[in-house]
Amino acid sequence: MTETPEPDFEVIVIGAGIAGCVTAYQLARQGHSVLLIERGEAPGSKNLSGGVLYSRGIEQVFPGFLAEAPIERRITRNYINFLNAVSSVAIDYRDARLADPVNAVTVLRAKLDPWLAGKCEEAGAIIMPGVRVDRVLTEDGAAGQRVVGVRAGEDELRSHVVVAADGVNSFIAKEVGLRRNEPLNHLAVGVKSVVRLPRETIEARFNLTGDEGAAMAVVGDCTEGVGGGGFLYTNTDSLSIGIVVRLDDLTAKKKVVTDIFDHFVEHRFIAPYLEGGELLEYGCHLVAEGGLGMIGEIVMDGMVVVGDAAGLTLNTGLTVRGMDLAVGSAVAAAEAVSSALERKDTSKAGLAGYRQRLFAGYVGQDMRTYAKAPAFLEVERMYKQYGELFADVLYGAFNLDTQPRRHLLGVARKTLARSPVKMRQLFRDGVAGARAL
Amino acid sequence: MKPMSVPERLTKNRFLLDEEHSHIEVNQEIAKATGTGQALVACCPAHVYAEEPDGTISVEYAACLECGTCLAVAAPGALKWHYPRGGFGIQFREG
Repeated sequence: MTETPEPDFEVIVIGAGIAGCVTAYQLARQGHSVLLIERGEAPGSKNLSGGVLYSRGIEQVFPGFLAEAPIERRITRNYINFLNAVSSVAIDYRDARLADPVNAVTVLRAKLDPWLAGKCEEAGAIIMPGVRVDRVLTEDGAAGQRVVGVRAGEDELRSHVVVAADGVNSFIAKEVGLRRNEPLNHLAVGVKSVVRLPRETIEARFNLTGDEGAAMAVVGDCTEGVGGGGFLYTNTDSLSIGIVVRLDDLTAKKKVVTDIFDHFVEHRFIAPYLEGGELLEYGCHLVAEGGLGMIGEIVMDGMVVVGDAAGLTLNTGLTVRGMDLAVGSAVAAAEAVSSALERKDTSKAGLAGYRQRLFAGYVGQDMRTYAKAPAFLEVERMYKQYGELFADVLYGAFNLDTQPRRHLLGVARKTLARSPVKMRQLFRDGVAGARAL
Repeated sequence: MKPMSVPERLTKNRFLLDEEHSHIEVNQEIAKATGTGQALVACCPAHVYAEEPDGTISVEYAACLECGTCLAVAAPGALKWHYPRGGFGIQFREG
């Protein structure tokens, strides 16, 4: 099947999130005619993330990103916390090197994405907000189905290439058979509140100065033992707080997701951070947690799939990534689409450079490196027993109850003997964790 | 911060309600037969779904935050769920 001779646009991008905007920007900047369609009333109005963007990749696309874009705070403090019902053990990692060069920033997508869409417009892309793409237009060719455009209500628009950047639910990728309905262990739901607090209060509570920011990752009692975790990120004058829980475990344990969320925000060690705050917004988002195993076909005749729609998210235990992978996939897709347009071959073979570029760069490489992380993070002990074990060892060391002391190793042995965790499980999980993360 | 109910939280959000059209439809028979009904009630962060005294599942589509979790957990055929029409539904101001 050949290309449509005179389409309405060379490229139609579905979805003005990070992946869609960066793809549209890169292609428009190179002089291609690009239409960016967004179902929200404005770019960003349907978009939500936890909030930490690892920013080196997007800085390569927009060199002035840190100075110009509406970012919240620069993350210099990473706080990793095993949270139990009455105890908590944490690693508090602060590093001035994370501020220069900046490595990660907090963002609020309803503020960031309009800026990105503005950049697309400056580069010459046409933005069409308030329009939901109902399906892609396809034609049968020699090599099977070819995507030739999109349909939205009564309107049909044709293009050489469609970029599906329509998010984790990607109805578009599913409709043409590129994505299946994922098993529940590949999916999680994130629930988040944005809570307003004066910036001085945030800086005092998190021990920050200026536009420094903190990112807390919490595991354990916060999710009532369900696989997943809690997070607490500092914005300029608000906090993003929430949970992410795996759907297989949530449904198997018959837990109510909002009970888990409430349990976390009302936890005795978490609630003080929110004291005096005012709720600004309450939202949620489905999260792809399948890692490498979730990425299927991302290229077909006339179409590529980018960002969340391609299943590109990574939970490595320490870092939770999605937005930087959206940027990386968009850059790879834009290069491949541009090259295909110039060669006048936007077939699956003509667009195959996207997958090659993706896996040659940090996105595909990291998905491979952390391929075992999803299975490791399904180990139940992570979400209850380990946090309690660590706290009990420390309790044994700090609780001077007038009984004669033992050496720390003896305390640890005795604690482990009383814990439901077996020595060999601890050893096996330690080795598996070191290999997976 | 004082605890707020889910409906109270949702009053802080901006919604553009599509009064003519619901984007959610539950097949009551399949929902009942498969236990999907209870799963929908438990998994939805916005409490869109509720089990009525007669065992049917009611839908408050105006509250939907459009995450898609319900569609992921629903048994095949138990739920029709798509995004609202363009320009309608949740409009995040923070995100």
